[in-house]
Amino acid sequence: MPAPIRLRELIRTIRTARTQAEEREMIQKECAAIRSSFREEDNTYRCRNVAKLLYMHMLGYPAHFGQLECLKLIASQKFTDKRIGYLGAMLLLDERQDVHLLMTNCIKNDLNHSTQYVQGLALCTLGCMGSSEMCRDLAGEVEKLLKTSNSYLRKKAALCAVHVIRKVPELMEMFLPATKNLLSEKNHGVLHTSVVLLTEMCERSPDMLAHFRKLVPQLVRILKNLIMSGYSPEHDVSGISDPFLQVRILRLLRILGKGDDDSSEAMNDILAQVATNTETSKNVGNAILYETVLTIMDIKSESGLRVLAINILGRFLLNNDKNIRYVALTSLLKTVQTDHNAVQRHRSTIVDCLKDLDVSIKRRAMELSFALVNGNNIRGMMKELLYFLDSCDPEFKADCASGVFLAAEKYAPSKRWHIDTIMRVLTTAGSYVRDDSVPNLIQLITNSVEMHAYTVQRLYKALLDDISQQPLVQVASWCIGEYGDLLVSGQCEEEEPIQVTEDEVLDVLEGLLVSNLSTPVTRGYALTAIMKLSTRFTSVNRIKKVVSIYGSSIDVELQQRAVEYNALFKKYDHMRPALLERMPIMEKTASNGPTEIVQTNGETEPSVVEAKHPPPVTQPTNQVRTVFSLYIRKNTHLGLEANPNPNIAVITIHASNSTEADMTDFVFQAAVPKTFQLQLLSPSSNVVPALNQGTVTQVIRVLNPQKQQLRMRIKLTYTHKGSAVQDLAEVNNFPPQSWQ
Amino acid sequence: MIKFVLMVNRQGQTRLSRYYHPVELSRRAALEADVVRCCLSRKKDQCSFVEYKDFKLVYRQYAALYIVVGITDSENELSIYELVHNFVEVLDKYFSRVVSLNRVKNSWIQCQGVCRSLKHLK
Repeated sequence: MPAPIRLRELIRTIRTARTQAEEREMIQKECAAIRSSFREEDNTYRCRNVAKLLYMHMLGYPAHFGQLECLKLIASQKFTDKRIGYLGAMLLLDERQDVHLLMTNCIKNDLNHSTQYVQGLALCTLGCMGSSEMCRDLAGEVEKLLKTSNSYLRKKAALCAVHVIRKVPELMEMFLPATKNLLSEKNHGVLHTSVVLLTEMCERSPDMLAHFRKLVPQLVRILKNLIMSGYSPEHDVSGISDPFLQVRILRLLRILGKGDDDSSEAMNDILAQVATNTETSKNVGNAILYETVLTIMDIKSESGLRVLAINILGRFLLNNDKNIRYVALTSLLKTVQTDHNAVQRHRSTIVDCLKDLDVSIKRRAMELSFALVNGNNIRGMMKELLYFLDSCDPEFKADCASGVFLAAEKYAPSKRWHIDTIMRVLTTAGSYVRDDSVPNLIQLITNSVEMHAYTVQRLYKALLDDISQQPLVQVASWCIGEYGDLLVSGQCEEEEPIQVTEDEVLDVLEGLLVSNLSTPVTRGYALTAIMKLSTRFTSVNRIKKVVSIYGSSIDVELQQRAVEYNALFKKYDHMRPALLERMPIMEKTASNGPTEIVQTNGETEPSVVEAKHPPPVTQPTNQVRTVFSLYIRKNTHLGLEANPNPNIAVITIHASNSTEADMTDFVFQAAVPKTFQLQLLSPSSNVVPALNQGTVTQVIRVLNPQKQQLRMRIKLTYTHKGSAVQDLAEVNNFPPQSWQ
Repeated sequence: MIKFVLMVNRQGQTRLSRYYHPVELSRRAALEADVVRCCLSRKKDQCSFVEYKDFKLVYRQYAALYIVVGITDSENELSIYELVHNFVEVLDKYFSRVVSLNRVKNSWIQCQGVCRSLKHLK
């Protein structure tokens, strides 16, 4: 059989392949040749074959049949064989293959070999893919080599020790004595790997961390020598002596100085020295400065040093190099919480970065800008941020819009500015705005009473321009429904009032209903808005017509609404004004807020305006008073108000009745689970007057010593129009504030 | 911590790969293709650090060859950037012209050896 081809030949052959299929064919042919060669137990060419196999593995082809061959190579006496064998072991084997354990003995022998290069190979391999069993077995050998005077071996042993510690953390103590004089080495390779070993030990164990704090002076001295020493050709990188070692030492200092005053103080001088003396013309210098800044920010440094660090970051921001700007923005983002004022000084540079072409830089600049917004700079910052919102990529728009809303809510200088800002966001990034912003905006608009006319006018004009952005359209149609009368009467004070007729408004809303651009949710909003206008406008007939048309709509939701609104016109016309009147000011509730409950054991006729009615108005008090509503059937409304005290929840029931006849002999009963205790105080009366003319109030006290989720079963009995009625309901979702 | 080192050409063919965490063979090809696509789509004026999934990529272009290093968040990006250049300079000294892909390929084993030396920045 001819000698197998060399690796070089193979590579050249594979490179001539023009398609993936051709390459695969060549590789399969070669694999077959290699396999038959392995079967023949050919010692001479095993090394060559395994090398080729490793190359093919790297290209992505399976090479598991070479694993045993690697072991045979490792066991061979020739260095060239061992070299390939160990390389193969590192690439092909890991602890998931059982085969790897067979290596343990070989590695043990090689760790004690007479040639340092063989020992080096063994250390490398163990440090690369050693499993926990192997590490446990061989840790003693590694520790011995860590104490040798041969620096070539010592540095490899240190790295191997790092791997052993990662795999078997309990063995950490074993390496402790060997670390005693690691730092007194002159050889940079050993120094570097020793620092890595110390870093790993300190990160894993707080005891080790405390133990190694005493090394801080030594580390400081080494760093100082590095900076002060002249040109050394062996370690020079672009004019700086061994920057990689410098960065490593700085990182270790960071870990040692964190949270410890004494160590931090010992480092102050050297950090200041590095920060001021490092050459910044090349990237190397900047890498060291970056690490220094990170260290200064993490340890307990004095304020002068911190300001120095932030100024360095500020200088980075002005640098032409993108990488440096990116790194600066990342670090500033981390420090903006703690050193807010210092970062504020660089605000204008940060805002300029919003216009950068790089996506990562833009994102960081945006996050940082939002973090820097405060009451003083809100107007200027918002202008820049809105401009950014206009021109940025779609992936940013959602986050930016949310950020703008949050910032505007916190720091808005005036209501009009707030509403203008929101309008601007809705019109520029309307389709990217988050779903929950629509209800939030509606609440905001409702609460700014004096701006209603202005708001509805602006929203109307926006609708005329563009009906494709759904959140905008939804908010606009809601507003027009609520404040359409203000729009038509031209009452706006803030800007020039426009002349709009009722028909024009209805045209716009009907346009939304038929447009292909409107989602079903938007159509729902539009229909309800039209309905509300029936009490505010005079052209009721037109509205009646629209509503009846949609009574046969294919969309079930629209159909249901239309049918119910129709019913409102026909049977319940007397209730219409009350139901459709202006929304009261909504209290902003913290977490769960108002909930509409649901489970009735009686009939389940859907209540018409359940979804739209907010809870009864409560005067804002200092105490958190949670309020929510319960509709039973469609004519009885229970408003529950819970005043939380520790252990006792005091719940006040307000019962009202929207039917045309009084409810007499009204009795309210409640039952709670065994862990609670209930006390019902006497009701204000037992007649609930018709047509919401009055309410019956009753106070319930619930003792909740175990602070469990409050649940209650309610039973109402009353006489209505001569017949006795009984209703049952269960209330499960009391907001947490009422029982915590 | 360095997760992997890749040398890829503009056509997306992997010239050298070294993984420091076990990654399944089947997933490697997909990962490499994705990473390369990410780097190739970057323009000249964008920075060399890309956020990719839950780690970062640091890449540098040398003529038709891209060297990509995957790192975790705890690593100093500028330092790794410098390391890549150092690596290339070593290869350059050793093989006289890094840009010549043939040379790199043929002395591939030596390259793997140099990759081993990167371990100490793991």
